Amino acid sequence: MNNKILEFSSISKKVFMALAGLFLIVFLLVHLTINLFLLLGDGGKLFTASAHFMSTNPVIKIFEVFLFGGFILHIIIGILLTLKNWASRPVGYNQSNKSKTAFFSKYMIWTGLIVFTFLAIHMMNFYFVKLGLVQPPDGVGKHEFYQMTILLFSNKVYSSIYIVLLIILGFHLNHAFKAAFQTLGLNHNKYNCTIGFLGTAYSIIVAGGFIIIPIYFMFFF
Amino acid sequence: MNLTLKIWRQPSVDKKGKFETYQINDISADCSFLEMLDQLNEKLINDSNGPVDFTKCPVSFDHDCREGICGMCGLYINGRPHGPDSGITTCQLHMRKFKDGDTIVVEPWRSKAFPIIRDLVVDRGALDKIIQAGGYVSVNTGGIPDANSIPISKRNSDLAMDAASCIGCGACVASCANASAMLFVSAKVSQLALLPQGKIEAKERVQSMVKEMDSLGFGNCSNTYGCEAECPKEISKSNIARLNREFIGAKVCYENEVTRAAGGA
Repeated sequence: MNNKILEFSSISKKVFMALAGLFLIVFLLVHLTINLFLLLGDGGKLFTASAHFMSTNPVIKIFEVFLFGGFILHIIIGILLTLKNWASRPVGYNQSNKSKTAFFSKYMIWTGLIVFTFLAIHMMNFYFVKLGLVQPPDGVGKHEFYQMTILLFSNKVYSSIYIVLLIILGFHLNHAFKAAFQTLGLNHNKYNCTIGFLGTAYSIIVAGGFIIIPIYFMFFF
Repeated sequence: MNLTLKIWRQPSVDKKGKFETYQINDISADCSFLEMLDQLNEKLINDSNGPVDFTKCPVSFDHDCREGICGMCGLYINGRPHGPDSGITTCQLHMRKFKDGDTIVVEPWRSKAFPIIRDLVVDRGALDKIIQAGGYVSVNTGGIPDANSIPISKRNSDLAMDAASCIGCGACVASCANASAMLFVSAKVSQLALLPQGKIEAKERVQSMVKEMDSLGFGNCSNTYGCEAECPKEISKSNIARLNREFIGAKVCYENEVTRAAGGA
């Protein structure tokens, strides 16, 4: 039995997944802060300046590589772990499990895949447009993110789907936040309540914060 | 009370199984679940005349001490390991938890690592293999040490004792959405890692036991905590966090080659 650092056990995989997840959790806060600039009513000046800074600053460019790495790592390990989990019970129960568990904790792969689908659409709408891989909407430049956002959020169908997906992201984050600490072994009677509270508060703030924006553009803009 | 039982019948590991329905009457609310199954088996024996179909043979189920200590009994009853109560084994479940006219569905533990031997009996040898991989303290021969020569804090002593109350019944695996054995492994790692005698081999032990757990086909922990909810000894999920801590620490710090393998040091 060799003790190689690259010999990935179930716990090692989960640790990498948790670390990548925590990195993504931090990223979401930065993303939300910039998006909330849309509500300032300054014609998108600060939002555009922030978007420009994020897409041109060399330090941010380096972080962008880590961000994509984090997403890919999180998604691939999540799928690998789930496939192993499904294989671990080839014959299921006749009676569905009635043990007391947090409802969404059992469906992380599904909420995760829904969030991934949303992420793909989001990339098509913004990131790939910036790179020139996808054509921007008529009359909008490929760096005019404010105009693209207004166009998208003025579409009520798009905004409604966006809101539903963000609620699902909220449930994903609510379990993920607490689970990441448990996976990293950070469980302590003194701090468990605080971690639980922060997890719930974070998921409500992030999901709620993102949801306010399409509501603003649909009804108050 | 009169009950309808839907019980999983399977002749052996390589044969197909199916649910069979049995009617059983005049069951006392004071008898245990296993005593109710005993009465069903007696009925099946008395009703048989000569060679009978497999489904008319007595139902096989594991049991031994019948007082919640040995960890042998383990049935998945109406969607819950050890049935509709908490902190108990199947033998401690009483029929007063059911109502007259109820239909009770009884299934074996379902996990790739627990192959079905017959009907409701599964082979839980996988848990023994995990113990063989490191769930022990190597003791060389010598004089008996004085009982109080090694100081142990009350807190650690209590936590180790709580972890050591695991009876290895496998309800954690049965209840887990992923058939993961993390609560079992975490209890066995914790009971030794918390004590000075177990600390010496702790880093090697945790790696060996996790490696063995992974190789036996158990799933990964996804922190749903069904294990903690159904554990008859109410082992805390904080042990899983300790296992993770121990494992991360061992992976990062341990320099030597892990030499332990199933079967001994």
